[in-house]
Amino acid sequence: MPDRNRGTVQDPEIESRRAVMALCAAATEAELAEAVTACGEPEAEDIRLPEVGLVMATGRIGGDGRPFNLGEVSVTRAAVRLADGRTGFAYHLGRDRRRARVAAILDALWQGEGDRRGVEAALAGIARRTAEATVAQARRTAATRVDFLTLARGED
Amino acid sequence: MYVAVKGGEAAIDNAHRLLAEVRRGDPTVPELTVAQIREQMALLVDRVMAEGSLHDPDLAALALKQTRGDVVEAVFLVRAFRTTLPRFGASVPLDTGAMTLTRRISATFKDLPGGQVLGPTFDYTHRLVDFALAEQGDPEPAAEAEPRADAALTPRVTDLLGRDGLIESSPPDDGAPLGDITREPVDYPCDRATRLQALARGDEGFILALGYATQRGYGRTHPFVGEVRVGHVAVEFVPEELGFPVPLGTVPVTECQMVNQFKGSRAVPPQFTRGYGLAFGQSERKAMAMALVDRALRAEELGEPIVSPAQDQEFVLAHCDSLQATGFVEHLKLPHYVDFQAELELVRRMRAEFEDAREAAE
Repeated sequence: MPDRNRGTVQDPEIESRRAVMALCAAATEAELAEAVTACGEPEAEDIRLPEVGLVMATGRIGGDGRPFNLGEVSVTRAAVRLADGRTGFAYHLGRDRRRARVAAILDALWQGEGDRRGVEAALAGIARRTAEATVAQARRTAATRVDFLTLARGED
Repeated sequence: MYVAVKGGEAAIDNAHRLLAEVRRGDPTVPELTVAQIREQMALLVDRVMAEGSLHDPDLAALALKQTRGDVVEAVFLVRAFRTTLPRFGASVPLDTGAMTLTRRISATFKDLPGGQVLGPTFDYTHRLVDFALAEQGDPEPAAEAEPRADAALTPRVTDLLGRDGLIESSPPDDGAPLGDITREPVDYPCDRATRLQALARGDEGFILALGYATQRGYGRTHPFVGEVRVGHVAVEFVPEELGFPVPLGTVPVTECQMVNQFKGSRAVPPQFTRGYGLAFGQSERKAMAMALVDRALRAEELGEPIVSPAQDQEFVLAHCDSLQATGFVEHLKLPHYVDFQAELELVRRMRAEFEDAREAAE
């Protein structure tokens, strides 16, 4: 099932990176910590200490028109640098600084062609879990699909 | 004019300690966890997020725990918390057309493409108290079914009508800068985007009452629910250092497209008009009421006579915020001794003058 929760950008490399970021955003801190361990737990320094802030979520009038401010979402961001100079970033909903930091390490690792497949393999379990949850949700929702019938009013 | 008082520190401290104890309730009853509130009082959490204007379920649940379930106090805590945080920027506008739907209904089209799904709803329940819930126990598992082939494609109902020109299209994105009522005071008259921001964070009860009033004739708009959709929508943000939209995760939202009558004019052929509602969480009543009031507030734009409060943007916007409203109402209970003393003096003087005048007349 295609992930309908993400837009697309043209560059396939950026699109792949965004897919990894989306997986990390859907993961728990424990899952991400496990993935970093699987990737050899590289040393990382903070470019910026993990920080909690806000992003103003905007909607569109009528769903597709002029933007308007819906309300804010809490967001945590982290930025790290690995020993070899690779940098990684994470922006996640919520206020979990540790989770954002490990996601930033995974993003940094993913920047190296050699580590890319390793990172994606380490995240495969999360991808499977979220895909299964999406399917289960879709099946429960589908069971509530309704076909309304209009009754004849009995007037000729 | 309010003149400050001082004193009472010990009494205030003790009152807050007492509040903490009373909040806990009977200590032989297990204490609530934040996760329990978040999971089992989810619609209350949604309301605090919508009116607190901050999506953060754990924070909203904690605020409810701290405030003993007082919604407006919880909104106050959430709003106060957000002022302590930096703002990284604004999101890419949410694409509600690409939501993962858990509920989607239309009162105007029974056979809409992608189908109608009821999802977890109170609609069609009998509203009988379920005394079995007084005991603990797990519910039977939800039914499952294979989604039909068309379930993945769920265009907005308004897009369907729009194709034939029978309904007005959404106001186009002209790239104009977006005002923000959390940064600048509202200037009246204000644009629709500003009104929607205020309504989105406005008090559900107030907006519900205004929407209801329009149905009863105080600014009638002849509404139909074109569509209510509930689900999760992706939030994306473009950080400066990356330059592409980063997926932050998904948030639950409820969207309501209200379809309203419009006779047309000399310049515009008859077509349906629209009102729009969007709120964090599963907040159908809020989204529907917001859509009704959004449409009512378009009276001037659509050349309708402005005859009722729901059509008066200053009335609606200046009074829809529960925090502002409670602040001004509840400040009345703070000590006003100096004010009142002045009024008392004035009344005494006026009474003396009144008595003097009466005696002189006799």
